[in-house]
Amino acid sequence: MRLTSTLIVSFRALRRNILRSALTSLGIIIGVAAVIATVSIGNGAKAQVEGQIASLGQNIISVFPGTSTAGGMRGGWGSASTLTPEDAQAILTEVPGVVAVSPEMRDRSQVLANGLNWNTMIMGESPDYLSIRVWPIAEGGMFTEQDVRSYSKVAVIGKTVADQLFPDGDAVGGTIRIRNIPFKVLGILETKGFNFFGQDQDDTVIIPYTSHLRRVSRRQYLNSIVIQAVAPEQISLIQQQITDLLQQRRSGREPDFTVRNQVELAQAATETSRTMTWLLGAIAGVSLIVGGIGIMNIMLVSVTERTREIGIRLAIGAHGKEIMLQFLTESVVLSAFGGSLGIALGIGASKLMTHLNGWPTLVSTNAILIAFVFSAAVGIFFGFYPARKAAQLDPIEALRYE
Amino acid sequence: MSAIVQLQDIHKVYDSGEVAVHAVRGVSLTIGRGEFLAIMGASGSGKSTLMNLIGCLDRPTKGVYRLDDIDVAGLGRDELADLRNHKLGFVFQGFNLLSRTTALENVELPMLYGRHHVGARTMRERALHSLETVGLGNRADHFPSQLSGGQQQRVAIARALVNEPRLLLADEPTGNLDSKTSVEVMGVFQQLNEAGITILMVTHELDIAHYCKRNIVMRDGRVVSDTPVTQRLDARVEMKRLLTAEAEHQLTEQS
Repeated sequence: MRLTSTLIVSFRALRRNILRSALTSLGIIIGVAAVIATVSIGNGAKAQVEGQIASLGQNIISVFPGTSTAGGMRGGWGSASTLTPEDAQAILTEVPGVVAVSPEMRDRSQVLANGLNWNTMIMGESPDYLSIRVWPIAEGGMFTEQDVRSYSKVAVIGKTVADQLFPDGDAVGGTIRIRNIPFKVLGILETKGFNFFGQDQDDTVIIPYTSHLRRVSRRQYLNSIVIQAVAPEQISLIQQQITDLLQQRRSGREPDFTVRNQVELAQAATETSRTMTWLLGAIAGVSLIVGGIGIMNIMLVSVTERTREIGIRLAIGAHGKEIMLQFLTESVVLSAFGGSLGIALGIGASKLMTHLNGWPTLVSTNAILIAFVFSAAVGIFFGFYPARKAAQLDPIEALRYE
Repeated sequence: MSAIVQLQDIHKVYDSGEVAVHAVRGVSLTIGRGEFLAIMGASGSGKSTLMNLIGCLDRPTKGVYRLDDIDVAGLGRDELADLRNHKLGFVFQGFNLLSRTTALENVELPMLYGRHHVGARTMRERALHSLETVGLGNRADHFPSQLSGGQQQRVAIARALVNEPRLLLADEPTGNLDSKTSVEVMGVFQQLNEAGITILMVTHELDIAHYCKRNIVMRDGRVVSDTPVTQRLDARVEMKRLLTAEAEHQLTEQS
């Protein structure tokens, strides 16, 4: 089979009508570019969501107290006062695969410094909290286990709090007053930004949980226990072991706590963005099919218009299947060319969107491959009918065609 | 003298619509190597149908056709195409060159469809040689739209020659040309014939037929006369005569 000759013939035919070839490809170019761009945006969004989830911390399991009932009024999850620092200690020492534990207290309170005041979240934590949340210190240092044991009046503060109370930037070494108790500022945390519930994570003050319990909230029970597991695969196992341990410590009473992990949350979030990607991709795919129909249309016009040419080719010895291959090659070249250009354009558009709007985009090799193969397939599929029509022409009638 | 074309009692019936059209009714004809033959006849005489049959574009309803000792009757569509590619060269009334394609690429076309692979360089060389044969070696890169009618027809002849056919078929080759260009094109044919190429042409112009060696007249699908040309015209002489007449005409106008 003289494949090279057919290729030469096809390229010459396309070159003869550059403008039309370009316009025909345009449908595929736009279709493929749209697919690439939307999938890139979708993937970018997914990566961003995953990043935000990761910023919550690695492999986190949380224990919340159960519900309390007072005078017939049920308080909802977290309202019971049942979790103790001893529970936290037991989890760390007795459950294998637990890397770090931080007993957690949360309380909103007014904080004063430099004659300024600011209402913020006061969190009582262990020194491990920062490593659990993957939250580095920007300036200064973290309090220690020693500080926890001695109920020290020390704190690390978030960027927002630092900006509000120490506009001059001299927060480290300064003093803040919480409920009129002076706390020494040991360090400032790195900016973490908003979480995906819209809360400013930097608007916080972190003190040892013991100091929180004794000096600030004056309670005996924790708001929650934050636990870091060693690996994601072990989360459910560890979760079960924690549940068993706590249940055992409560010696047969009704469970008054819940254990949750972050994986469920992460799954829900990625599922949403994946659905979005598919939706956008499907819309873009429709435009690819429209582009394919455009190719078929032009190829049909082209076959009619070039009836005489086909007649000449047949008369001087072309086989029907060579004519067919020629037209098929033409449409595949058109769509594959359109596909390649569309891929370039799609990548460009993604980069441009990142540049202009700051949208995160992630160009995936899979999307590129699929788009290219699909566009070539469109060429074959929509080129087949016109090509067969051309191949079946009768040379005498084709030559007589005006 | 071995025969290139042997027709024995050829019939062609078109079965289109209600009435069957009997276009060719029993033609027997032998064309030998080196002949230069013109088929004449009014429209509807069956000459174009006969031409299509000889050109292997169509198959006879009845009769035996041997082209270069190959029986055409049993061949399929693709085999006929190969036969056209190897043994025949076509020149049409409307030139039928591919537009927006250079003269050279037009001439290369039959080689692209040849059963034997021809390298790009060989293809180019052969196409150029063919163009030189018809005196257009310097127009290889021109598009058909940049060439005159006579030049376009010469490109078509070059295309027909490029695969070194056994028989050159020309269907009204001068039909779209003025008289001077017609003489020019007939000159090319005479030259080729002198070089040993067998030519069969269809024409309805008597003076054009006089450039050939043998004339056949058809009427109602039958051959009614088959005569050698006695007073044969020579294109070189005719061209000289035309040019002289033209010059004289110009002189008279000036004075």
